[in-house]
Amino acid sequence: MSGQGTTGARLRSRRMDLGLRQADVARAAGISASYLNLIEHNRRRIGSHLTAVLAQVLQVDEAALDEDGNETVLAPLRAAAAAFPQAGADGAMADALVARFPGWAKVVASQAERIAQLEARTQALSDRLAHDSQIAGSLHEVISTATAIRSTASILAETPDLDADWQARFHANIDTDSARLAESSQALLGFLDMEVEAGGDALPTPVEAADAVMAGWGHYVAEAEAQDLPDMAGLDGPVRGILTGWVEQAGADAALLPLGPFMQAARALACDPARLAARFGVPLEVVLRRLAHLPPQTGNDSLPPMGLAVCDAAGVVTFQKPILDFRLPRAGAGCPLWPLYQALTQPGRAIARTVRMPGAARTAFECFAIAGPVGPVSFGGEPRVAATMLVRPAKGNGGAGTVGPGCRLCPVVSCDSRRHPSLLAQGEGRL
Amino acid sequence: MGRRVLLIEDEPNIIEAISYLLSRDGWTVHTHSDGETAMDKVRQGVPELIILDVMLPGRSGYDILRDLRADPDTAEVPVMMLTARGQARDREMATSLGATRFMTKPFSNAEVLESVRALATSPS
Repeated sequence: MSGQGTTGARLRSRRMDLGLRQADVARAAGISASYLNLIEHNRRRIGSHLTAVLAQVLQVDEAALDEDGNETVLAPLRAAAAAFPQAGADGAMADALVARFPGWAKVVASQAERIAQLEARTQALSDRLAHDSQIAGSLHEVISTATAIRSTASILAETPDLDADWQARFHANIDTDSARLAESSQALLGFLDMEVEAGGDALPTPVEAADAVMAGWGHYVAEAEAQDLPDMAGLDGPVRGILTGWVEQAGADAALLPLGPFMQAARALACDPARLAARFGVPLEVVLRRLAHLPPQTGNDSLPPMGLAVCDAAGVVTFQKPILDFRLPRAGAGCPLWPLYQALTQPGRAIARTVRMPGAARTAFECFAIAGPVGPVSFGGEPRVAATMLVRPAKGNGGAGTVGPGCRLCPVVSCDSRRHPSLLAQGEGRL
Repeated sequence: MGRRVLLIEDEPNIIEAISYLLSRDGWTVHTHSDGETAMDKVRQGVPELIILDVMLPGRSGYDILRDLRADPDTAEVPVMMLTARGQARDREMATSLGATRFMTKPFSNAEVLESVRALATSPS
């Protein structure tokens, strides 16, 4: 540590700024001038009581004199200096800044931390724009429709000998595609509106941050197979806490359903959750979670991609693994027709349904859901209830019921479960 | 009968436009819209060229491309990938899996024709 970073150096710097003599300060603090001189030159250690007294005499925040306490200011200051090398700030002089201008140093340090947080938020939003399945689906719809219109319009414009039948077909196609383009671009705007409403300048919540980490792991934690935890160094405490809960749950499921035998059975039974639960003698929700937490699949005998959602009794999604177009809103504003929410109304009843989202997302999904009490149950106590739903692409669209992305963006007008009008409805109630 | 091209794409009006375009250029165009059964369609009669969308219902174009390259019967068939995404990583993904060309939507008819003609004349 440089001399400027010591408590003694800070005392000396502050005293000189105030134009005070050692003798005056020492007298006010009840110590000898020679003792203060030794302290200022780091030849005597200073206790917390005397630090407090000297801080009062020198009219400075006690923390500004404390070497360790200043590290919380020094670290971001040094980081800020390193981030803007063109500014020519000497990182090694950060402690001098703290000693002489503690308030301004805190301002700069706080701004540096705020910039780092905002950069992290920007990165998270950027990642979300790139990977959010609803936004990606909407963008795909807009661009695909624009492609169809462009291609069709070019044929109409560049083919003078186009016969009447083809002309009529292409005109009709442009008519339907332009309507779709209006619809899908509104949906896209709706998603972006929601991002603005939900995001603002807020930082990612711990759950969102944990979601991002879990996605980075590919929703599979090899350590969980042995009931271990992965390396979570560098993560904030709350994020680590959430991830620990998820990984411990995956570990408990892995203990009941060991990887090798379970994979073998899953292939033999075509990933049928009910038959797997019967085969291993475990509750259905354990199988649903385990199927969604298997190692990445490759090769001809790979299992289908499987997503998962878990929600509490309030419908708030506490965990999810999105796949393809499947992703539920976190805060409970999802379509109540998803089997996940229907299971909540009938705890203990296993629900299997094929569903399909309208508009941009065309993949049909097989859903398996069940709800029930979680954790210890006591007489007289309210049980904690959760619903679990496994989602995988269906073989076809036959018999698929329609579910929406949530009322705001759902184009299905005649729906008994609609809570409020869709952003996509306009004029006389037409889409 | 002209040279056979298989268009695997799920947007009906893109299918119609490209089919018309390529038919006028002398191609016999076969189409398929479902990712899950796309490989079955290919194996029914291996085409001279495949135009493959990335985002398909049931199975992604990348997965289909991987299967095409793993099958000795289709490993050498030129494949032009169509995608609404144009980011570098998508292009890299398509290239690493063995795509012959990569075309980003929205494209022009002239680009499609030029690419198909180039693939048809280039050695596989």
